[in-house]
Amino acid sequence: MFKRDWWKYLSGVLLLYAIIAGFIVDVPDTMIQETMRNLFYHVGMWFGMMAMLITGFIYSIRYLRKFDENEDIVAVEAVNVGLMFGFLGIFTGMIWANFTWGTPWVKDPKLNGAAVGMFIYLAYMILRGSIDDVHKRAKVGAVYNIFAFFLWIVFVMVLPRLAGESIHPGKDSPPVLPMNLDPSMRIVFYPAMLGWILLGFWIMKIRVRIKRIENRILNNEI
Amino acid sequence: MQYLEIKYLVGKEIKLELKQKYVLNGILLYLVSTIFVTYLAFENAITAETWNSLFWIILLFVAVNGISKSFVQESPARHLYYYTIASPQAVILSKILYNLFLMAILSVLAFIFFLLLMGNQVVNVPLFLLTLILGSLGLSSVLTMVAAIASRASHNFSLMAILSFPIVLPLLATLMKVSRTAMSSMDWSGLSGLLVILITIIVAVITLAYLLFPYLWKD
Repeated sequence: MFKRDWWKYLSGVLLLYAIIAGFIVDVPDTMIQETMRNLFYHVGMWFGMMAMLITGFIYSIRYLRKFDENEDIVAVEAVNVGLMFGFLGIFTGMIWANFTWGTPWVKDPKLNGAAVGMFIYLAYMILRGSIDDVHKRAKVGAVYNIFAFFLWIVFVMVLPRLAGESIHPGKDSPPVLPMNLDPSMRIVFYPAMLGWILLGFWIMKIRVRIKRIENRILNNEI
Repeated sequence: MQYLEIKYLVGKEIKLELKQKYVLNGILLYLVSTIFVTYLAFENAITAETWNSLFWIILLFVAVNGISKSFVQESPARHLYYYTIASPQAVILSKILYNLFLMAILSVLAFIFFLLLMGNQVVNVPLFLLTLILGSLGLSSVLTMVAAIASRASHNFSLMAILSFPIVLPLLATLMKVSRTAMSSMDWSGLSGLLVILITIIVAVITLAYLLFPYLWKD
């Protein structure tokens, strides 16, 4: 039990630590003051989303190799959890932006990349919804997911280069790693990121199991 | 062998288009009337910036309309017939190639109508024409693949738009950036980075289409 599920406990402990320590740790006194603490939560959403979307991409490729329905379920649920993280990331970002920049949405390549990612994956869900045949749905969905993920990654990498300037931090490194982070914050930041990613996998696993049971009920196996 | 297949399939597409002239004429009329409506709506507001944005947005809509028919105009039985005699790679490459011809013609026509109605804003014409060719190739490859995906679902006309608009954005943003340079100066320096991005996107999309299309084709 513990041997298999240790990472779930780890996720819980890490997030509990991130929430408690996130509010008591000393943050440097910069322009954005105490809202700096949002870093532990807002950036975590981005990490969780990336982990989920990459998982979805990998399982879509695996589906096309073997046509095993279970791989497709994982791909869909990973994208579903990725969408949830994406929306939470946008909401936490809006709250932060409202304080820092005075408006919830600014025209910025990072924000546009996040929004376009949401459009792409919402379209993925609509595409799947409009195909009735199970195998066809899985196959077409997998093809679209691979195609779209690739173009979205290009978009996220290319657009900041085109725009030149971005007011969103974390510009120099492709994944949003705050490079000159205060040491006192670092000891909260890294565990928090790992915790959010593990939480994503946990939610995904539960959703996959629900989906499998639903499928078995549909097939009259139980 | 595959080369020959592609040649025949492209020839088939051209014959089919010439046989059903009303489809082609419909796209042409769509192009001209859209440009005319924007010309009336934007009468006194045409700057180099708006010219550029309008041009690419109109071209995007024309491309979506023109290419969305790629996999639905023929009956499923006919597709089954092609499936038995041609390789899927040849099918997708021939569709991309044919749509490239179509888009090249449509984009040049759009340029001519823009010149007629909204005046010339392009300083560096060779660069702009290069953008048109790369744009036609990019739009035809991305949209042909999306049309193949959408044709597998029901209600595929509205699906085509929601699937393609977000996906086509990296390409469109780069194209608009390059053509904006063509409106301000004769200078070619500083463009190499953008052109490399553009060509990388196109090569990657065609490779992905080549690898992924067989899964869509086999029903």
